[in-house]
This record gives sequence, structure tokens and C-alpha cells, in this order.
Amino acid sequence: MEFLSPSTLEEALEAKSAHPDGVPIMGGTDVMVELNFDKRRPSTLIDLARVPELGEWGTDGDHTRLGAGVPYTKIVEHLSRSAPALAKASRTVASPQIRNRGSVGGNLGGASPAGDAHPPLLATDAVIELASVRGRRRVPAREFYLSLRTTARQDDELITAVLLPEPKGPQQFAKIGTRNAMVISVAAFSLALDAEKRTVGTGLGSVAPTPIRAEEAEEFLAAEFDWEGATLPSESLVRRFGELVASVTRPIDDQRGTAQYRTHSMAVMARRALTWSATEYRKGVTRCA
Amino acid sequence: MATTTAPTVTDLSSTTRDGLGSSPRRPDGTLKVTGEFAYSSDMWMEDMLWGMTLRSPHPHARILGIDITEALKVPGVETVLTHEDVPGAKRYGLEYKDQPVLAFGKVRYKGEPVALVAADHPETARRALERIKVDYEVLPPVSDSRRAALDPEYPLVHEEGTLKIHEEYHQSGNRVRYQPIRTGGFRDVAGEKEREREVLDALRARADAVVETEYEVGMQDQAFLGPESGLAVPEEDGGVHLYVATQWLHSDLWQIVPCLGLPEDKVRMTMAGVGGAFGGREDLSMQIHGAMLALRTGKPVKIVYNREESFYGHVHRHPAKMRFEHGAKADGTLLYATLEIIVDGGAYASATPAVVGVASSLGIGPYEVPHVLVDAYGVYTTNPPCGAMRGFGAVQACFGYESQMDKLAEKLGMHPVDLRIKNAMSQGSRIITGQELHSPLPMADMLQRARDLPMPVDRSELPDPSDLRTLPGGVAGTTHGEGVVRGVGYGVGLKNLCFSEGFDDYSTARVRLEIVAGEPNVLVHTAAAEVGQGLVTVKGQIARTELGVENVAINPSDTRVGSAGSSSASRQSYMTGGAVKMACEAVRASVFAIARERGVVPADRDDADLSLAGGKLVSAADGVLTSLADLLGESASGGTVVEETREHHHRPTEMIDPVLGQGSSHTQFGMCVHRAVVDVDVELGLVKVVALDAVQDVGKVLHPQQLAGQIQGASTQGLGLALMEEIQVKDSEIRNPSFTDYLIPTILDTPPMRIEVLEHPDPHAPYGLRGAGEPPTLSSTPAIVAAVRDATGRALTHAPVRPEDIVGIDL
Repeated sequence: MEFLSPSTLEEALEAKSAHPDGVPIMGGTDVMVELNFDKRRPSTLIDLARVPELGEWGTDGDHTRLGAGVPYTKIVEHLSRSAPALAKASRTVASPQIRNRGSVGGNLGGASPAGDAHPPLLATDAVIELASVRGRRRVPAREFYLSLRTTARQDDELITAVLLPEPKGPQQFAKIGTRNAMVISVAAFSLALDAEKRTVGTGLGSVAPTPIRAEEAEEFLAAEFDWEGATLPSESLVRRFGELVASVTRPIDDQRGTAQYRTHSMAVMARRALTWSATEYRKGVTRCA
Repeated sequence: MATTTAPTVTDLSSTTRDGLGSSPRRPDGTLKVTGEFAYSSDMWMEDMLWGMTLRSPHPHARILGIDITEALKVPGVETVLTHEDVPGAKRYGLEYKDQPVLAFGKVRYKGEPVALVAADHPETARRALERIKVDYEVLPPVSDSRRAALDPEYPLVHEEGTLKIHEEYHQSGNRVRYQPIRTGGFRDVAGEKEREREVLDALRARADAVVETEYEVGMQDQAFLGPESGLAVPEEDGGVHLYVATQWLHSDLWQIVPCLGLPEDKVRMTMAGVGGAFGGREDLSMQIHGAMLALRTGKPVKIVYNREESFYGHVHRHPAKMRFEHGAKADGTLLYATLEIIVDGGAYASATPAVVGVASSLGIGPYEVPHVLVDAYGVYTTNPPCGAMRGFGAVQACFGYESQMDKLAEKLGMHPVDLRIKNAMSQGSRIITGQELHSPLPMADMLQRARDLPMPVDRSELPDPSDLRTLPGGVAGTTHGEGVVRGVGYGVGLKNLCFSEGFDDYSTARVRLEIVAGEPNVLVHTAAAEVGQGLVTVKGQIARTELGVENVAINPSDTRVGSAGSSSASRQSYMTGGAVKMACEAVRASVFAIARERGVVPADRDDADLSLAGGKLVSAADGVLTSLADLLGESASGGTVVEETREHHHRPTEMIDPVLGQGSSHTQFGMCVHRAVVDVDVELGLVKVVALDAVQDVGKVLHPQQLAGQIQGASTQGLGLALMEEIQVKDSEIRNPSFTDYLIPTILDTPPMRIEVLEHPDPHAPYGLRGAGEPPTLSSTPAIVAAVRDATGRALTHAPVRPEDIVGIDL
């Protein structure tokens, strides 16, 4: 196995171009497990830990630009205002040690349907930045996940950053695990309200071969939500939203939970996330008035 | 920790620093906390090889052929071994010799060792494993433990004639052991199905309330952090020296020697750093394999399992299927109880016979019941082998009988504690085997104390009720309080301590006293396994207290001294602690004799007047007679060295008979009572344990801090079984062989624990102590599940409780 350790992004992109089947590694939380359990034997590992750009974050117009290698710990510490849903999700990733190493880039690279970062990226309409020796391009998260562990990323491309829109309303994240910390998601849900555009975003994890949205539920809520008066949604509206979210799930039975439970829990999380968002929204509107 | 003191047998207020009753630091504590402790997987020798194991990919298959040709061609591979290379006996085992060193003829579980490789690098060894060709004829798994116990037509795991039959255990077909117990009205009709049925019907007619339920306990894993590992070093005399992490060096030795075809003195064993055990290291793992590779290659061989391999490399807690029926009078008085319990031993017997012995004799728990019928079965299947784990047999039964007590209390409209007190055993009671409880058992008092402990504050009174860490689901943020309901539950369990059923599990200690650099020094030498429980600290405390000497060193555990028995069954403080005490007493007596010989002791003073304190020989009447340094003289300059070796045996026990299950089979009994308080998200099925408080009688506290650690650890392991820990087995295959999917409690799952310790001494035990490590593992599981039932109203008959069970989704 060849081990490459580029120190600039340019070198990294050249390495990836020369070794399209090379596996990039940052914190190693997914890759090292696969290596240790002999589930993958890549011909080349490309260590990106020394590429400075990947570990940086800052504003980029009306977005926050998050380097693909920024560890979850930093997201929790620094981005809880500019990316609330992603920060909440980051707080649930594995253990403190793993949060010090793991990054959103790794989550996107592996593209496991159980990745904690995916639902917030979908719900908030984040954009993924991909780069290769051919140049850079941006792909909305909502077009990034194609099929099980397959994404819009080309073989010669590296994931360099995520662009997170400035929040324009309440954002939620909730994740089911059968213990109270350090657990892989059995089902996860993220919700984002955009008060300016009066749109709703959702993201669902661990209930389909890829992270997915519940588009009918988004449209339903965008239409029914009282954006103007901020009255709290009726019980029947909340229930209907939960049903619509749950209706798009295509889960499996596995060692972490049954398909039926996953669908059930998605409806509960969606109802609760809506209630929390509506309450927060109402507070915000009251404060502005 | 609140401690209530009752009358004691021995005054432990030691005048020697770090003696009994104080909490000295563990000698290995700093090393472990700083990561410098050498565990068995850390050992290294310059010219060593790496050993690896080829394991069966099938739970059940005939082996038609094994071809190692290609594996031997891999550069760096030194040897490849199969069953044909086993030098001596081809099978070994803890109780029955039924487990092949390397599979021949058939494999009986997924992960069974088939071949071994030794190579210059683990990667080389791994590649060689891939090149071993095994021709399997796959057979259907034999995975249903109920059919294995009761259906004579079910296929056999072990072909007829391949194993020695143990008739006293009714061994036949797939039954490893069948143990009936019959008391009261069932006694005279024992074994006559029709008449037993008539007796049962008559009792039912007399009962005002009857509850009948089936329960299941899942397969729990010991989840020790240090995987199986060790180093085998060939020696010049043709023997081998094994450095391994185990629970009982001599039991390993006695199983290894026949398979290697060597005399016992050619196999030496030294304890390597143990990274947790909990029963999972009672059976052999890499011991014989490492020795075979070392003897064949003439080089040291290291074997380290990875985590997934570890799930296949050790036995687990027996999953149990139980059918209970209890009948009671309207005032709560129990009238009768029946139990059918089937424990799944998997492919090989391991500790299954002993597990059945415990599950049957303690199957109804610490309750006075006049008429009892128990049928306990341990069976072979092609599921993962199961054996010892903390509280074995008693843990499974306790979940059942405690669930029954709650159900009965509900039916009778009684408080669950009142029903338990109504039927509680006490000193002088007889358990269902007829054995008398010979020492104090303040069960009713303990239950009352548990009920009276202060309750945790209500959620609304928390400093910050919106702190996600206080809620079910934690920071994953699934609730801000919605759907959260509080529940309270109780559990009590009775556990046998030390080995049972006629087993003489003695322990040996050698204690040496000598003068080094002008100071008295004591060396304590046993073969006992320090598995994290703290025996290494307690041995030193005993020597300090008994000999009045502060400098006490603990010799590494090895086989140069006699057997210490196993670090299991909560027995080491009792057995090895007792042996150290006896050896110290012998050393003391020798010192007194030497002093008399040398004219230091006035002639009219007897030994009762003498003691050792502060490094001096003291007479109660005359004060200090001499210092030990003056009396014995510097060891290096020809001074006197006093060394004594003693064996400590507990009172003999007996087998329970195979027809009525009667006999005094147990050495000692321990009890813990738990009260659990939980918050349950009833819509999502997630649980936060808010409090897990315990009342335990330990006879005598030797080391308060380590005792608290044992109770907290055992309670937490019970919490794991209540809420998350299960090796999921489908068609005999493990679905979750990793710590990603086999979940154990984290600190956020573990609540504060209020622990109340009682000290009612056992007059037969050294210092009056009772083993403390297991009883809380029994009671914490049913207490937590009862609390979840209280919050949800669900029946919850499976441990662990899964989110699906709470929200009502069928599995």
C-alpha cells in the first residue's frame, strides 16, 4: 500500500488525479476501521491532515465556508450560531476522542446513510465543494447523494469544503440511539425553517439507502405554517407533518433496530422538531415585533 | 457510602497503616490510569513470531478436507498446524472434555478454530490464513434451545458415542445437564408427569392469585476491554512457558498439559496483565494454540485476538428461556412456584453443568415457597458457546422470579416491597434444595432500607431541567421532556458464593518474612488472578494486619505455588484472602516459637499474650519484647527467613441429587437489593436511569473504596443487561460482533448510586466476609426493568428491554 502525504491542496489534487482509486484519509474514523477489519485494502492512502485549507473555516458571502477536515469538536465550539443544526449533530458524533479527529468531509466521503452530518446538510440546503486538477465545482447537498454509499463526487475529486447558508430560522437535529451517548444513529432527523424564503428543509438519516429529504412534508409545512402570525401549529398539523416525514422512509431491519421502529421514531422526531421550531420561531417573531 | 455496622467477629481496626478496613491505593492503579500497565497484549520478544487462528465461517458443517499447501508457501510463514498436529489429547474443557483443540470431523459454531499459522508478521500470517483451503459440507444449524432440550428428534450437535456421558446430570441427546427439583406436594410424585399435574391443579385451586409468564434473557457478553492474548516461549528442557491473562492458572495448566502431551512440570505459567475477565477468561482461548506453535517452531509466539475475533474467542452468558408460574394467597403468602428454565450452552459445555446447578437451586430466589417444581436444562446447540459470566445461572433466574413478584404484587394490589417482605427468607430458612441459610440474611430489613432511601429529585426540581444530559436520549436531543414518564422498581437476588456442588476449590498462599536493610519485609505469593477486582490490594492488607509489618510486596502470580482456584464466584477474598490469613498466622506462630527458642519471651507468657505490631514482637503484659529486625537478623547476612505455605479449604459441599434436587450444595450466600428510578421516553422507547441505589450485606468491609467499585461495577453490568447488552444471534450467527453494535453503558447511561452496606458477619468465613462482586449484577437488572414497566405499563418479558418493546412493536 502506498501512503501519500501532500502538504498543499495542489499536491493533494495531483495525488488524487494520479491515483483516482486512492482513499483520502483525515481523522480515519471510518477508513481505519475498514483497514483494521480488512474490509478494504486500497492501493493508495492519501493523508490530507497536512493540507492547511481543509482545516479552516470562515465566512464566504452569506455562507459559512467549512473546510472538509475541520473536526466536529471545532464545529460544536465555533459554529453553533452560524450552523445550529450541524453543530447539534456534531455534538452527537461518537465520543470526544473521535469528535477531535472526525470531520464532515469524512462523513461525506464515506456517505454512510447513518452519517450524522447528512441530515443537517440536506435540511439547511448546504453546498458541497469538490475540487480536482480540472478545477472546483459546487454541488448542492440535495443532489450529492446518489445511491448507497455513492455520491456525485468524481474519482479524481476531493471534497474540500461545505458551504453552510446563514440560518434564517430555527434549526433542529435529533438522533435515536439505544444508549445515551456514543452511538451510531438508528434514525436521525433534521429540520430547518427559512423565514425569509418561507421554505422548510428536512433531512432524514438511517432510513433509506442514502440520506433523504421528505419533500412532500416540506411543501406541506411551508404552505400551512403561520409565517406571519407565528401561531403554534395545531395538533393535527403536527401529526400530519410527522406522517408525511415518516411516509418517505424505506428502512431495513438490522442489528440496530427494526424498520418499523425506524419509521415510527421518524414520525415522533418530526413532530417534536416542528413543535420546538414553532416555539422558537414564535419567540423570534415576538422579539422582533 | 453510608455504612451500618452490626456485631463483628473480628476487630479489623488495624494499627498498621494500609491494613484491613482502610482503602490503600492499588499497587497497579497508577500504571493503569496512566496507560503504562503492561497488559497481556503488550508483551514482546525480539525474535517472536505471530500466531493467528483460522476460524470456521459456518456454524455447523462437516470438514471434508483441509489443504495447507499454499499457506506454507507464503514467505515468512514458519508453520501451519491442524488437528493432526495436536500432540496429545484432542479435546479439552472446563467441566467436560468436549471441545476440540482444533476442529476435526465437524465444526459446531461459527468462529471455531480450525487451523493455526505462525509467521514473522501478523499480515503475513493473515495472508497465509486466506490460503488454507477447507472443504466444508454445510449442515443446517441446530439453533433452537427449547427443541434441543425437549425434542428427542432434534438433530444432535455431538454425534452419539463421541462424548463421555455424565449420567448424574441426566446427560442425553443435546442435554448437557437436566436438573429437577421437587419439594412439598411435588416431592412424593416426582417424575410422574400426570400426578405432578394433579398436584399443580390442586395448588392452583387453592391459590387466590396465579401468575404465569414466559421470560427471556439475551446472550450477554463480558465485554472486557483487553482481548484474548498471550505469549508462549519454548524452553530448553522441551517445555513451554506461557504468559497469559486468565482467571485460574492451574485450571488452564491442567487442561493444557494433556493436549500438549507433556508432563505437568514442563509447562510453566505466569499471569500476564489481565484487561478484565467477568468469567470470560475461565475457558482457554489461545493457550494451547500458542504453546503448539512455540513448541513446533522453537520460537516465542504471540497471539492477540482483534475485537471481532474476541467475540468468537470466548464464551458468553447463557441466554435463557424461562416459564414461571407462581400461586399466592390473598394476603400475598406464596403457595407454590414452578419453573422451566432452558439455558443455551452453545456448541461446547464449558461451565454449563454448573450454570444449571445454580439456575435450578436458586431458581425461585430468596422466597419461602412450600411447594416447588423446577426443571432446569442446559443444552448443546450450534450457537456461540456460553459459559461463565458474573452471577451465572442466578442472573437469568433472578430476572424471572423478580418479574413474577412484581406481577403478583400488582395482581394482589400490594406494594412490590411488601409482597417480597411477606415471603422473605432469613437466617435458618431453607432454600428449595433443603439447604439451610446458616448465617444472617436480613432480607426484610434490606428491602425496607431500599424503600426508605431518599428519592432522587423530581425532574422539575433539577437545576436545569432542559439540560439534555438529564433526559432519555441525552445530547442526541430526541426529547426536551415530551413523552417522559418516571418509574420506580425493585429487585433482590440471592447468589451462591465460592464454588458449589462438592467442588473443593481450595487456595494456596505462601508468605515469607525476612529482614532487608534493617526492616521487616513480607512477600505474599499466590497463583490468584488479579482481574481488576483488587485482590492484589487485599492480600497486602491482610498481611499488614496479621503481621504488623508495613512493607508488604506481592509476588507475581504463577504456578510455582499451589492453586488459588478461580477468580470467579466472588470467591477470592474468601478463599485466597483466607489462605493468606492462614499463612500469616503460621508465620506469626513460627516467629513466636523462634522468640521462645531464643529466650526473648518470658516463660509464663503464652501465645495469646503475644502479637506482632509496628515491626516488633509485643507482649500484652510486658510491652515490646524485641524488634523483628533484632530477632531474625538481616536476611542477606544469614538471618532467619520465616516462610510458610498454607492451603485454605471452605466447608465441604455436596451435589444435589438428580431426582429431587436436594442437598447442601453451596458454600455461602450473598444478597443485594436494588431500587431503580428511571425516566422513560414512552413514545421513542428510550430510557435514562436516574438512580440505581443498592443495599448489600457484605459480612465485613475489607477495603471500602474497592467494595464500592465492585457494587457500582456489578450494578452497571446489570444495567447493561436491562437496557442494551445482547449478542444478537440469528440462525446461530452473531449479528453484532463489535463494540459499535454491542452496546455497553457509558458514563452518561450510568446514574449516581447510593450504596448502603451492611455487615452481618458469616461465622464460617475469614473475618466474617461475604463475596461482594456478583450479587448486585443479579438485582440491578430486574429493578431497572420493573421501573421501566412502572413507567410504561408494558409487560417487558425480555432482557434487555429494546426500544421496540417499549413502544409496542413486535420483534
